Amino acid sequence: MSLDLKFTYTEKKDTRSGFGDGFLEAGRRNPNVVGLCADLIGSLKMGDFQKEFPERFFQTGIAEANMIGISAGLSIGGKIPFAGTFANFATGRVYDQIRQSVAYSDKNVKICASHAGLTLGEDGATHQILEDLGMMKMLPHMTVINPCDYNQTKAATLAIAEYEGPVYLRFGRPSWPIFTPADQKFEIGKAWKMIDGKDVTIFATGHLVWEAVVAEAMLREEGISAEVINIHTIKPLDEEAILESVKKTGCAVSAEEHQINGGLGDSIAQTLIRHNPAPLEYVGVNDSFGESGTPTQLLEKYGLNAENIVKAAKAAIARK
Amino acid sequence: MAKQSIEQLQKIATQLRRDVLRMVHAVQSGHPGAPLGCAEFFVALYFDQLHHNPDFKMDGKGEDLFFLSNGHLSAGWYSVLARSGYFPVEELKTFRKLNSRLQGHPATHEHLPGIRVASGSLGQGLSVALGVAQAKKIDKDDKLVYILLGDGELQEGQIWEAAMYAAHQKVDNLIATVDYNGQQIDGPTEKIMDLKNLKAKWEAFGWVVNEITNGNDMKSVLEGLEKAKELSGKGKPVVNLLYTEMGYGVDFMVGTHKWHGSPPNDEQLAKALGQLEETLGDY
Repeated sequence: MSLDLKFTYTEKKDTRSGFGDGFLEAGRRNPNVVGLCADLIGSLKMGDFQKEFPERFFQTGIAEANMIGISAGLSIGGKIPFAGTFANFATGRVYDQIRQSVAYSDKNVKICASHAGLTLGEDGATHQILEDLGMMKMLPHMTVINPCDYNQTKAATLAIAEYEGPVYLRFGRPSWPIFTPADQKFEIGKAWKMIDGKDVTIFATGHLVWEAVVAEAMLREEGISAEVINIHTIKPLDEEAILESVKKTGCAVSAEEHQINGGLGDSIAQTLIRHNPAPLEYVGVNDSFGESGTPTQLLEKYGLNAENIVKAAKAAIARK
Repeated sequence: MAKQSIEQLQKIATQLRRDVLRMVHAVQSGHPGAPLGCAEFFVALYFDQLHHNPDFKMDGKGEDLFFLSNGHLSAGWYSVLARSGYFPVEELKTFRKLNSRLQGHPATHEHLPGIRVASGSLGQGLSVALGVAQAKKIDKDDKLVYILLGDGELQEGQIWEAAMYAAHQKVDNLIATVDYNGQQIDGPTEKIMDLKNLKAKWEAFGWVVNEITNGNDMKSVLEGLEKAKELSGKGKPVVNLLYTEMGYGVDFMVGTHKWHGSPPNDEQLAKALGQLEETLGDY
């Protein structure tokens, strides 16, 4: 790659491994941290914790609704449960359980959702949930976090263990560039301005933060200065950071591995409409289910890669 | 709390029935039928069985805890909580009204002492109770976790996920009770969705079944709950099949689903209260 990237990487790893390693570390730091999984311990990378703390880990079998309820109960007893399964089964399948027993009841439960979005890949649309951020951010009391790489996912996992309240933590399956620092401080609800710019702001979350970093370099080659902001926390949204950036750049792009309906982009649009109306272009899935394919193929086909962010940035600038 | 006689407990149960009827009548909404049928159970539990502390703490460490999965019995639960000292009896008059802690279905959001999780959407409570029971095991807390389920509620699939899990994990510090009144909102359970042989079902799932054949007789309920306690701690979860009659205590309400979710009008309330002596003083 001949692009002059502001962030680079030497290693790729899946974000779920960042979760697994963070979860183990959280368990070592706090004896109240407990884990649950619905028959996907290997996929969620929860095995090391289970091995080290067998008495604090509960295999629930393929019964996600029960897992969410048990988690709520464990939290009543003062435990900090991390309940892990695929994002599809961690949200849509158990929405009412999360709504009543966790969110409405304000329980300190961490819903840990792997294999989110298109980058799940070959398993196809049954497993590629693209609506989870919307569902979770609509729930009062719920904090929604979608980190971008292995290091950020690990840092986020440690941060939510120390935060009191229900959290939805979303991560994924594919091997992905590790481009953020291992020693980063993760502040829930605080956006991270990764690259300064003046013509357009790219607000990205999850795997697409990397695509945004690539897009920034591509835009720079064409003389366009893009600001890249990493929105790892979808809710509570860092409205101040969003408004400050758009005040400077005058337009924005949102980039997420999620439906356009109800995703990060919509949250940003709400913020802009209320405080500083400005052109906003969405990079997301446009009212469609996914399909089987490799992560790279799927991001390309559904319009979610760096090239699409570049196009969206130019469109936003043209509307200024 | 000093042990009370069966007669005293029965008086409290009669007052609970009055409370329930007056509460649902006052707002012309709510579910009187099932709490009338569970009055003996609620009173036996809170005034005799539970080692509990009305000075409420959410984590309930070192206490027996009760959860209500069939949250529409809220009027009965609120009455027994108030009558056993969790909050002022006067507050029962706010039931289902704006800005009340006594929501239509139990909720934690308003911080009503005694409530640890919201319920109302059926089928979720058993899972929550399992988590609480397992937290107690981790903490080597030898107190028990109780939960009440409706028989109609057993039609929810999550109940059977939880049932399978409880036996597999040997959660033997949990005592579930099924309010086996044979009624649900649309009619008798055998017509709506037949539960068939419940005893065999629970046993097949690996539970110890304890039948309490007269759930509206205080002595039977006390003996049954005592027996359930003896059955706990032996490697298997315990379930009481509590045979009750929906609407028990009022002659024109008993044994029918018609009062599941309908309040009495003025005349019906007067007639019903005429059959239930005011024993502790109305709120």
